Amino acid sequence: MKKTMVAAGAILALTAGSALAQSKSVKIGFVSTFSGPTAVIGNNMRDSFELALDHIGRKMGGLPVEVIYEDDGQKPEQGKQKTEKLIESDKVDFVVGYIWSNVLLASLKPVLDSKTFLISSNAGPSQIAGELCSEYFFSTSWQNDQTPQAMGTYMNTKGVKSVFLIGPNYAAGKDMLAGVASTFKGQVVGQELTKWPDQLDFSAELSKARAAKPDAIFVFYPGAAGVQFLTQYAQAGLKGQIPLYTAFTIDELSLPRQKDLALGVPGAQHWVNDLPNDANKKYVADFKAKYKSSPSFYGAQTYDAVGLINSAVVAAKGDLTKKDVMRNEMRKANYKSVRGPYKYGNNHIPIQNFYLQDVVKNASGELVLKTVATIVKDSQDNFAAKCPMKW
Amino acid sequence: MLLFIEQCLNGLQLGLLLFLLAAGLTLIFGIMDFVNLAHGSLYMIGAYFAATFAAMTDSFVLGALLALIATFLVGVVVEMVALRRLYGRDHLDHVLATFGLILFSNEMVRLVWGPEGRNLALPSWLNTAIEIFPGVYYPTYRFAIIVVALAVAGFLYVIVMRTRIGMLIRAGASNREMIGALGINIKLLYTLVFGIGAALAGLAGLMQTPILTASIGMGENILILAFVVIIIGGIGSIRGAFIASIFVGLIDTVGRAFMPDLLKLFLSQAAASTAGPALSSMLIYLLMAVILVLRPEGLFPAAGNR
Repeated sequence: MKKTMVAAGAILALTAGSALAQSKSVKIGFVSTFSGPTAVIGNNMRDSFELALDHIGRKMGGLPVEVIYEDDGQKPEQGKQKTEKLIESDKVDFVVGYIWSNVLLASLKPVLDSKTFLISSNAGPSQIAGELCSEYFFSTSWQNDQTPQAMGTYMNTKGVKSVFLIGPNYAAGKDMLAGVASTFKGQVVGQELTKWPDQLDFSAELSKARAAKPDAIFVFYPGAAGVQFLTQYAQAGLKGQIPLYTAFTIDELSLPRQKDLALGVPGAQHWVNDLPNDANKKYVADFKAKYKSSPSFYGAQTYDAVGLINSAVVAAKGDLTKKDVMRNEMRKANYKSVRGPYKYGNNHIPIQNFYLQDVVKNASGELVLKTVATIVKDSQDNFAAKCPMKW
Repeated sequence: MLLFIEQCLNGLQLGLLLFLLAAGLTLIFGIMDFVNLAHGSLYMIGAYFAATFAAMTDSFVLGALLALIATFLVGVVVEMVALRRLYGRDHLDHVLATFGLILFSNEMVRLVWGPEGRNLALPSWLNTAIEIFPGVYYPTYRFAIIVVALAVAGFLYVIVMRTRIGMLIRAGASNREMIGALGINIKLLYTLVFGIGAALAGLAGLMQTPILTASIGMGENILILAFVVIIIGGIGSIRGAFIASIFVGLIDTVGRAFMPDLLKLFLSQAAASTAGPALSSMLIYLLMAVILVLRPEGLFPAAGNR
């Protein structure tokens, strides 16, 4: 179902501001998944984006902000079509969003060719960090390999000697499995890629994992598939036999459905809801108050996208044609990120910390995600050297 | 070897589940000459009912039974209200109307249960693995699916081959006009067949829920497989559906499990693990193509189907 929602900014007193501000607004195209089983992710991102706009008074550098939301239906071809529409007929100033690496890769060209800034607030395919890197692309998330790399490092410290990898067969799945294999010092005894997104029965893969007798299983299943994987892992009797390590499989959106199955299953993440900085406290508290649900890392990255864009528009004093000024400002990451301060690498991918998160019961018996430790500090992705851009 | 046995069981489980879906589809298609694309919606509705009733009654088994009855009733009501008017029409009209039903039921489920899907937790006695052969552990619940589906298949066999209703159903599959001319209440028979088909689809859906969770549109993927099954098995034939669904289940699962390893013999590791899943999901369609060339009417065509 197509859901286009135009959220116009608050009505401006036209007398205020410069002559430029009177005639223009900051137009942002937002592409994410708002239909199908992973719509919960897209909705969490949109909610966070709206909250961030509320926090800055829905104005950037004196200009009102206008957002056009488009649904990619989790399909690369649909995402590309919607992106082209945003560029060609809506003529947006920024394109934000993208959960899925394959959707982002398909949608990249029309945005970058038109010299429009693209802020990925989730997907981080290896290609865009390396040979496809662009001066019009910024990430407020991570490069796909980084998070599982942190998990590989953590597994080394836990004395895991052999691992079996399972993930979906698409751009991000391949990156994630390559990421964990690149830092894990033990042996990778097997690797399974499953049909994505329609294969949800993992019986054949779990049987193979059991037969390979590894010390641990590493898995990457974002969205609802993470619920199904954890359920089937428990039903196969593997819980308690072969420990599970994850990336992007347990989050605030899947946890209410995974429940106790997720207890004690570690994951790596660059943002956890309890990170003790002021920007994050405000984000988490206000999100819970406004939407009566929990923010997720998807939302946190999207909240940050508003901060990044705002810093650029303010630096250009509302003149959106000054792309060099905006780019230079964004390279400084000069805003209050909810993950805490970070820097950009030459490929515009954050250089940031990764934390170990665990699922615990809080005082009122609810399952929550909690930061346990910092696994790596200031991690930079492996593909930065392949990016020819220097600054 | 032990792994192979385990993978065969996985395939058998998938196949039997497909059989439940395909049996209803083939009955409705074969007897009523009605193409029901909305069969997958009944599968989905069964899943949602099971999740809801199990939560209400706090009992998995009771919830499943209630869901089964409720899906049967939904099938009967849908047949009487909407589909009955379409029997004399062209197949294209069936396809259009039941496609509309898919959209309708997806939106209906979204309104009633919300977009995020439902879980159905298993009771602890089902939520473990059992050792079926020395060294072969198998999830108890998947084993239970195999047992239940086999029992239902046996039950269907007895009904269709040994009872008066079954005789009418078989007669209907062979020659619809004739049993009408002989004074059988064909309307009632159709409603009953549709209700049974719905209940079978609902059973498949509710048994899948603890594994896959109930979600909107869950029926559409598996419906394609069910159509492949009835084409391979021969339209209108329960026996054909049974054999074809086990074939399809085994080929799909065993292919998925061993194709990448097989490809690794002559491809690089990376290429094999990428191409493997893609190739193995093509296998069943290859099988269907071969069957269509060699025996266009399927393996076990119901008597009377040209």
